[in-house]
Amino acid sequence: MIYFIWMILAQSYRLIVTIHDWQLYHVVLYGVGAYTSGMLAKNLGVPVFAAIPLGGAVASLAGVAITSVLLRTKGWGFYIATYGLAELIRLSWMKFRNPFGGSTGIIDIPYPPVVAGIDFSARIPYYFFSLGVMLIIMYMLYRLERSRIGDSFKAVSMDPLLAASTGISIPRQRLLACAIGGFFAGIAGGLLVHRLGAVDPKLFNITTMLYLLIWIVVGGTNSFWGPVLGVSVMYSLFELSRPLIQIRPMFFGIAMILVLLFMPGGLEGMVAKAAVRLRRLRGVQTAEAE
Amino acid sequence: MNSQLLLQTIANAGAVSAMYAMIAVGLTLAFGVMQMANLAHGHFFMAGAYTVYALYALHDWPFWFAVAGAVGIGAVIGLAVERGIFRPLRGDVVGGFIATAGLMFVFEVFMGEVWGWGHMRQVPSPYMRAVKFFGASVSFQRVIVIPFAIACIGGLLVFMRWFRLGRALRAVAQDPEAASLQGININRMTALAMAIAGALAGISGGIMSTIYAVTPALGGHIILPALIVVVVGGMGSVGGVTLASILLGFIITFVTTLVDGVTAMMVSVAVMALVLAIRPQGLMGHVVT
Repeated sequence: MIYFIWMILAQSYRLIVTIHDWQLYHVVLYGVGAYTSGMLAKNLGVPVFAAIPLGGAVASLAGVAITSVLLRTKGWGFYIATYGLAELIRLSWMKFRNPFGGSTGIIDIPYPPVVAGIDFSARIPYYFFSLGVMLIIMYMLYRLERSRIGDSFKAVSMDPLLAASTGISIPRQRLLACAIGGFFAGIAGGLLVHRLGAVDPKLFNITTMLYLLIWIVVGGTNSFWGPVLGVSVMYSLFELSRPLIQIRPMFFGIAMILVLLFMPGGLEGMVAKAAVRLRRLRGVQTAEAE
Repeated sequence: MNSQLLLQTIANAGAVSAMYAMIAVGLTLAFGVMQMANLAHGHFFMAGAYTVYALYALHDWPFWFAVAGAVGIGAVIGLAVERGIFRPLRGDVVGGFIATAGLMFVFEVFMGEVWGWGHMRQVPSPYMRAVKFFGASVSFQRVIVIPFAIACIGGLLVFMRWFRLGRALRAVAQDPEAASLQGININRMTALAMAIAGALAGISGGIMSTIYAVTPALGGHIILPALIVVVVGGMGSVGGVTLASILLGFIITFVTTLVDGVTAMMVSVAVMALVLAIRPQGLMGHVVT
């Protein structure tokens, strides 16, 4: 369940990374989706299956708002400013007790209803529901990367000047990437909140964001399969290392530093390299056999 | 707000500004020289605080010897991080940024494992006296950081302007390639910048350890305001950062006193967003090409 949510987050984050906007508010957008969807369902009685995409839409707007303020800030300042503005949103959940419930968050968020005889509030149907949502989102992102939009994102990240001279509007593409990525992050938040039935600001702090970065960096960002690999391997390790909960962050921090220093392509890059080498090895062998 | 509280708040704001200035000047110096900076800088500060705790509170060293130890520890950590992370990753801004994010985890767990999780380490104050003026009493310990910050930053500015080594630092910050053509060893300059940054974080952590509760989470608490100060002041500009730390030190202290800490953080982030929307390079930053 949580694995599917991580997968959606990592995959939508990678879309933003293809345009080279490493930002630190993705997890907070996930929180925006969770809060919006939960509050719509609880306070306004919006049906759960309508509240989840609405949460995605609001998260997408929040992402666009943050990025549009910072469009002209470059490099390191941009990363820090995204962190700061994400904290602004997260702190406002803690500050305003009235709609957001302060640091204890919101409880009693409605579970999904019974649709066509299937009770989606039970664990197993919800599992398959979120699996389905994840697969649909992954398929959409997969197609998107191979579309004209995905190509223009990559063009911007490789050579902004050249991209701009071929008529690609860089600010527009960056905002578009944020909007799409934020939408899917918001949907992931909606999926979480209607399963947990509660939400609080601690779920979306910078530590969660750093873990998301670790999954992505260790997995590799060069291809679609990097985050898949990263989330699968690292999240499994994360769950397996539960007995070492106190010192767990250290292992993951060290793992990320080592990956950055010694295998810049991440796990995915290593697999790709190994595949090339294997093919060459096999080619040599067949050549010798002949 | 009566005049007594006002005076006290001003004194506190001065102390907080001085602390931010020392932390953020180190960050911005390292940024200027390497075009990369260190998310784990708050954890250097924490390392300084723990050093003073260990030497002064546990082993009864004189307070100022313990602070000197904190400076040394900070400089050594700075050198190690430069050698281990920034040098191999030179030119890779995203990589350096994320690697130091991982370093935050490492430091936090290390401190937690060595000194205990959830234990607040209280360092007793060596100066119990309070300074009294106009009816307001301000604890001596709290404001002692101000002359230190002035001395350190003033010394740094003098060093950067009139000393050969300091001018070499500035040359690398302006144009690394041209600097290396002049025979400046860039690796030595980045190491120097990180050592100065670490030492400044160590000294401020050491002095402020008597005021803050020293916990493994201290580094994470201190880093966000320091980063905001650097971004507002302009990356790489020592003068801009000093100005921004005074501005934000006063904003944060006054809003914390009048409302609460969460609101103070929100206001300072909003100030940052406003500054960046108008001047993307920060108050006194140069335009990065």
